[in-house]
Amino acid sequence: MSQFVMPSLGADMESAVLMEWRVKEGDRVSKGQVIAEVETSKGVIEIEVFEEGIVDKILVAEETECAVGTPLAIIRTETESSPKDETAQILTTEPQTAESPELANPPIPEASERIKASPAARRKAKEMGLELSALAVSGGEIHLAQLQSPPETAPKPIDGMRQAIARAMSRSNAEIPHYYLSTSINMTPALHWLEEENIKRSIKERLLAAALLIRAVTKALQEIPELNGFWKDDAPQISDAINPGIAIALRKGGLITPALMNTQEMNLDQTMRALDDLITRTRSGKLRNTEMTLQTITITNLGDLGVESVYGVIYPPQVAIVGLGRIMDAPWAEGDSLCIRKVMQVTLAGDHRATDGRTGALFLDTLNRILQNPQELL
Amino acid sequence: MTNEAIKRAIIDQILEIAPDIEEGDIIPDKNIQRSLEIDSFDFLKILTALNEVFGVEVPESDYAKVDTLEHMSEYFSERIKI
Repeated sequence: MSQFVMPSLGADMESAVLMEWRVKEGDRVSKGQVIAEVETSKGVIEIEVFEEGIVDKILVAEETECAVGTPLAIIRTETESSPKDETAQILTTEPQTAESPELANPPIPEASERIKASPAARRKAKEMGLELSALAVSGGEIHLAQLQSPPETAPKPIDGMRQAIARAMSRSNAEIPHYYLSTSINMTPALHWLEEENIKRSIKERLLAAALLIRAVTKALQEIPELNGFWKDDAPQISDAINPGIAIALRKGGLITPALMNTQEMNLDQTMRALDDLITRTRSGKLRNTEMTLQTITITNLGDLGVESVYGVIYPPQVAIVGLGRIMDAPWAEGDSLCIRKVMQVTLAGDHRATDGRTGALFLDTLNRILQNPQELL
Repeated sequence: MTNEAIKRAIIDQILEIAPDIEEGDIIPDKNIQRSLEIDSFDFLKILTALNEVFGVEVPESDYAKVDTLEHMSEYFSERIKI
C-alpha cells in the first residue's frame, strides 16, 4: 500500500485544486499513467503515478483544494490483496482502458449528458454560479476564456502565475551569482539547410528553426554536460537526462517553461514533434507534473518578438539558461570579404557556483560549431 | 468556393488553433503573426489545417504572400482547384 500524495510542482507551490480524477477505485494503474488533473497557479497539470498497482481508495473529491503532501489516493500493489473489497479485484481483470497515458480518457459517468468543458472552465462556472449548459456551443468545448468575458467578474487569471514567477525569480537573483556570455552565430548554413530539407517534405513534416536549435543545444550539452543539471546541497549535480525547459509565452499573459523530456534520445524529427506536442499542451493546459518539475536547463527564445539578445535569469535549482535572440540580417566578415548573413545572438547565463565562464564559453563555441554543420542534426 | 467562404475557413482555423483569440481581433490587413501573437508553430499549424481544407500547400518561400488575412484568402482563392 502506498499513498499517492499531492506532488509539489515547483518550489513555489503550496497547494493546488484537484480538478478531475482520470481513474476510479479499482482501476489498475501503470507507472507514468496520468491519473488526475490538478489546477495550479501555472495552469492545469496532469499528474502521473510512479508505481504500478490498483487504486484502492480515492481520498479526495474533485474540485478540492489540497496542500502539497496531502494524501489523495491509496495505491495497492498487485500482490497485496484487498481484505475488505473484492470487487476491486474483479475490476482489475477488465482490460485496461489506457495503454498509454496520452490515450487515457477521463471516466465520463454520464457520457451522453455531460457538457464538454475544460476543468478550469467548469470550476469557474461554478464560482460564477453559471450553468454550463447555458454556455454550451454546438459541438464545442467550453474554455475558461469564454467565462471571463464579463469585465466586472473577470478576476485576474494570471495573478497566481505572476506570484509564482515572482518568487522563483527573486530567489534566483538573491541566491545565484550569474555570469553572462554572448556570441554571434552565423545561422545562414543552418537556415539554408532547413529550407532545402523542408522543400523535400510535406507541410505536415515541415521542420521549424526552433526544433533545430533545441536539437543543437542538446548536442552541445552532451559535450558540455556541466551546464545541464542542478545546484543542490551546495554542490553541482549533473543530470544524465537532458530536459530543457522551453519558455512558452501564453497569449493572455504569463510564461511557462515546461520540460521537453529526454531530448538526448531524440533525432530532429522527434524533437520537432515533441516540441509541437508540448506547445499545444501548454497552451491548452495539459501538462504533466514531470514536465513542470524536471527541467535541467532553460532555453528562452524571445527572437519572435524581435529582440537581439536575451540575458536570462536562471530558474533554480538549474544552473544555466540559454537565450536565443532574433535571427537577423547583419554584416558578416568571411575571409577578406564583407557579406550579409543571418545572424543570431546566443547568450548563456550560468550559475557561477556550479561552473566558470570557461565552461560557458566552451558551450557557446560547441553550439556554434554544431550549427555550422546542420546536416549532422538530423 | 467564394472569397467569403475562404476567409471564413481561415478565420475558423485561426480560432481553432488559438482559442484565446477573438474573431474581432483579426484585422484583415494586419500581419497575422504579429498582431495576434501567433508564433511560428501556431502559424504552421494553421497552414497545415488549411491544407486539409483547401488541398493547397503553402511552401515556406510563399510565406510573405500569406502574411495577412486578405493576402492569405487571395492566395488560396487563386490556387484552389474548382
